[in-house]
Amino acid sequence: MRNRIFIITLLSFIYLYPSVAQDNHQQVHQDTTTLQSSNTQDDHTQTGESHDAHADHADHDHAAFDPGATAIHHISDANVYSILDFVRIPLPTILYANDKGWDIFSSGKFHAGHHEDGHYSYNGYVLHHGSVHRVADAGFPMEGSVEVEGYAHKQEEKNGKKVDVNYALYQGKEYRLDARSTMDGGILGGGFTSFIDFSPTKNVISMILVSLFLFLMFRKAANAYKNNPTKAPSGIQGFLEPVFLFIRDDVAIPFIGKKHTIYLPFLLSVFFFILGLNLWGQVPFLGSVNVTGSLSVTMVLAILVFIIVNVNGNSHYWGHIFWMPDVPIPIKILLACVEVMGLFIKPLTLMLRLAGNISAGHIAILSFIGLIFIFGKSGESLGGSLVGTAVSIPLTMFMMAIEIIVAFVQAFVFTILTASFIGAATEDHHHAEEGHH
Amino acid sequence: MFNLVTFTPFQPTPGLAIWSLVIFLLFWFLMSKFAFKPIAQALAKREGDIQDAMDAAKKAREEMVNMKSENEKLLAQAREERAKILQDAKEIKNQIITEAREKAKEEASKIATNAMHDIENQKKAAITEVKNEIGNMALSIAEKVIRKELKGNTEQETFVNTLVKDLHLN
Repeated sequence: MRNRIFIITLLSFIYLYPSVAQDNHQQVHQDTTTLQSSNTQDDHTQTGESHDAHADHADHDHAAFDPGATAIHHISDANVYSILDFVRIPLPTILYANDKGWDIFSSGKFHAGHHEDGHYSYNGYVLHHGSVHRVADAGFPMEGSVEVEGYAHKQEEKNGKKVDVNYALYQGKEYRLDARSTMDGGILGGGFTSFIDFSPTKNVISMILVSLFLFLMFRKAANAYKNNPTKAPSGIQGFLEPVFLFIRDDVAIPFIGKKHTIYLPFLLSVFFFILGLNLWGQVPFLGSVNVTGSLSVTMVLAILVFIIVNVNGNSHYWGHIFWMPDVPIPIKILLACVEVMGLFIKPLTLMLRLAGNISAGHIAILSFIGLIFIFGKSGESLGGSLVGTAVSIPLTMFMMAIEIIVAFVQAFVFTILTASFIGAATEDHHHAEEGHH
Repeated sequence: MFNLVTFTPFQPTPGLAIWSLVIFLLFWFLMSKFAFKPIAQALAKREGDIQDAMDAAKKAREEMVNMKSENEKLLAQAREERAKILQDAKEIKNQIITEAREKAKEEASKIATNAMHDIENQKKAAITEVKNEIGNMALSIAEKVIRKELKGNTEQETFVNTLVKDLHLN
């Protein structure tokens, strides 16, 4: 009963919200057009090495479709939760800047519109492509809310590398924006900037929702097991039990052996967390969130795996890493180097495999949908759009089917590799002698 | 046309990392405590129960097989015993019959000998009686002859003849 009420509330919210957002959207649309034109004007007046990405096509098409940028925009984390182009649920925004301190407010203050671009700034922060940026150039009002006319995107040379830089347009002038801090050290075009974004973003909200859903589902099953221990499994138990037993009997026990009871909850948590989020990201019209395709999330999981494996590693495991028995000394040294690298490469592959697979799946689906716009020349050719749709629908459906398999396979692969790492670190001595390579 | 923009999903952001760490740790803790452990225990218990039930069934089956063979053994034993008893009874019967027959024969021969003896005795007694009678008769005849002798010879003679004639009757 409670579930039904929840679903009805959710559905009514989804249906009612667009009508509320519609007024906002129309206003937004006007803004966008003025914004676009101002963009083009700026591009034409712009001289020198920096030029807008749109500028090349701006002469004949002011909104040329860029499938790569669109796909990445759609799989990126955001400070608003957008469902289609109508529903934009504001999320809490928690920002910290060294020179300024904490700023906590709702992302509704940005009045996000098309492309999740904010139409207002707040305390010197703006929302561009869904994520919060901080205005770096002086002259921009750093307190309260002002209307932002638009955003510009440029590629600049920095230390011999091309870097994407965004600008906000305010009162006809461009103000350089700082993106939020990232921990990639500049390898992936990010780095530490003037502020850090601690907001519970779209990905965080998805994680909370999926975790809660899984928890309630498992709690229900656990109660059923507790209250009717002699009854045959029914309902939700019927789905969860085979998966639970699969992880226990085919993942935990073969790899870890007798000690599997200690690690089983972790393996199950990892499996269901990843599976739930993979599937949540595959639901159409629910924001197509890319949680398990975000490196931040898989990095955390991989770090936890690294800690669990190495904290529980026994002397036998460490012996095999630093001083491999039964081989000549030069090879011992060589193997120690390789094994120490392997210590870090193992969780690194876990992290990259999951994020890469899920992101790639999302990009593939978005690219197939993008065919509609490519064939339709961004809405200029109706016939082209129809052909694009006819091609796109079967391809997208095929890709989605594959993605559902990938959702299960990647969750399984992450879990089984975790189990094998734990098993290798904790296995008994005599056991290892037999299977030793 | 394809503009390689910064690949934002692969930029690890501290905010998302901290949130995912907190959420996952909470998820791990809550799921372990309230979901996975009770479910694992319930499943282990159920598996134990199933194993016990199967063991019990196997034991019962084995017991039944044992009981069956025991029953058969008992039955065979009983059958054997019956046969033995029947044979014994037959033997006893035959024995009784032969014994009875022998006894009867013995008795009969005994009776026959007794009868023979009796007959012999009777015969002896009769002979003795006859002898005595004859003696007595002879005496009486002799007495009468003696008494008649005194009257005439002829007469004596006839008289003796008649006496003799009388004797023949015996």
